[in-house]
Amino acid sequence: MKKKSLNNILPLGIILALLALWETVCRVFAIPDFFLPTPSSIARALAGNLPLLLKHTTATFYAVVAGLALAMVVAVALALTMDRWPLAKRALYPPLVISQAVPIFALAPIILIWLGVDLKPKIAVVALVCFFPLAINLVEGLEQVNPEALDLMQVMQAGPGFIFQSVLLPAVMPYFFSGLKISATYSVMGAIIGEWLGGSTGLGVYMTRSMYSFKTDHMFAAILIVVVLSLALFKLAGFLAWLFMPWERVQSKE
Amino acid sequence: MEPKRLVLSKISSSYYSEDRKLAVLNRVSLDVKAGEFVSLLGPSGSGKSTILKIAAGLLKPDRGRVFANGREVTGAVKVGYMPQQDLLLPWKTLLENCALPLLAEGKPRAESHRRVEKLLPVFGLAGFEGYYPGQLSGGMKQRAALLRTVLIDSNLMLLDEPFAALDTITRENLQEWMMSILHRFNRSVLFVTHSIDEAIYLSDRIYMISDRPGRIVTELMVGLPRPRSRTVVTSSRFLNYKQELMGALAGA
Ligand SMILES: Nc1ncnc2c1ncn2[C@@H]1O[C@H](COP(=O)(O)OP(=O)(O)OP(=O)(O)O)[C@@H](O)[C@H]1O
Ligand SMILES: [Mg+2]
Repeated sequence: MKKKSLNNILPLGIILALLALWETVCRVFAIPDFFLPTPSSIARALAGNLPLLLKHTTATFYAVVAGLALAMVVAVALALTMDRWPLAKRALYPPLVISQAVPIFALAPIILIWLGVDLKPKIAVVALVCFFPLAINLVEGLEQVNPEALDLMQVMQAGPGFIFQSVLLPAVMPYFFSGLKISATYSVMGAIIGEWLGGSTGLGVYMTRSMYSFKTDHMFAAILIVVVLSLALFKLAGFLAWLFMPWERVQSKE
Repeated sequence: MEPKRLVLSKISSSYYSEDRKLAVLNRVSLDVKAGEFVSLLGPSGSGKSTILKIAAGLLKPDRGRVFANGREVTGAVKVGYMPQQDLLLPWKTLLENCALPLLAEGKPRAESHRRVEKLLPVFGLAGFEGYYPGQLSGGMKQRAALLRTVLIDSNLMLLDEPFAALDTITRENLQEWMMSILHRFNRSVLFVTHSIDEAIYLSDRIYMISDRPGRIVTELMVGLPRPRSRTVVTSSRFLNYKQELMGALAGA
């Protein structure tokens, strides 16, 4: 119990100490706000712009949710296809990896030409960065399914639906959720990039505008929101894993 | 003549890895008749588990034919197959694991659970229905796997060392219980074990299989009258059988 509270307090203390150091350094050396704003001016920028920031955050959040959902659908479809047909796996693996190797910014003009501006390209970028960790993890999870457990299902003459829900689905869940933790963390960044490519709302747009008008403190406020949002999504993925895999809970307690 | 529930005819089988071939079974023929309890004895790695997999239709032999319940086996058949590893699904509780065969048949959940719950005390598992396999001991997992196997609706059971991880008392209790239900339901069993005593005590017939590549070296009819009591293990007939099997095992 005591150890746990210490574990929580320690990182918080370190963060506070760093913030204090940051504030002091900025003040002592009189660093101008547009170059590096102090934590207190960032906090002021945040508090003074709440309604506007909230509007942009909401826009970004929509893109994140839609992009993640799209990524899940694509990843599940891909993984099932690749697991079912070995030929599909061999054919699809290289293009999958290539899709991640090409920098998003290189794809930007094409995405804009194909999907226009605003919401659609944003969702596309989020989905593009998110589907990969999901798909790769799912494929691996399906590879790891115990063939003897499937044998057992065979001698019970279980139908494909029953096999799916009682063996395949739970077996890949840990893989799915570790993929989701990565994807969820990247998703906000993906939306921001999508907004830089071309958009009229969202935190990415807000950041660009702040930068052009030298309101660096506003930009940092937006960055802070991005960080908090990413962390929250990461935690949410962890919570969902905990919720959907009660058997893992029991074992980790030992 | 009683009908034959299981017939393996001149089965040869190998495992292939990369470019190497490992011959495991060499023209193995055996059968199990209705209501019969047949044991398979043999050294480790001789191919006993492989025989069960072939009998269940889970593995295709290189050569030979398999018949279960009068039909040729071409794919997986519905049998009470208990693999050597208990293979409980880690994400299901003991109760859910044991109920799998019933649920796979489409039986309602409540009814399936009730049937399992009735059997739990017999297997010494009462009170543990909510536990996950990760929280059970090796012997408990084995008993749960046996319970699950018994619930597979088939009059043929293929059991791969079902009592290996159990202490003497639990083992003997389950042996007694098995003998009684087998008798009651006229089930046939092909039973893999390392224990000569267990094989003689339980079986109507015993096959002894040689070292890899396995072939049948001895077939022994056990003429001990049923029902058998524990004291039979000290009878001279029992000891004679034991001597014969030990000799065959040494030569296998
Ligand atoms: N899936 C597999 N792939 C390759 N080789 C295998 C496979 N399963 C078993 N073998 C090999 O086949 C041989 C027979 O294995 P099997 O499991 O049938 O033996 P067993 O008689 O059941 O042994 P034990 O008494 O130790 O359980 C062994 O040499 C083993 O290495
Ligand atoms: Mg074996």
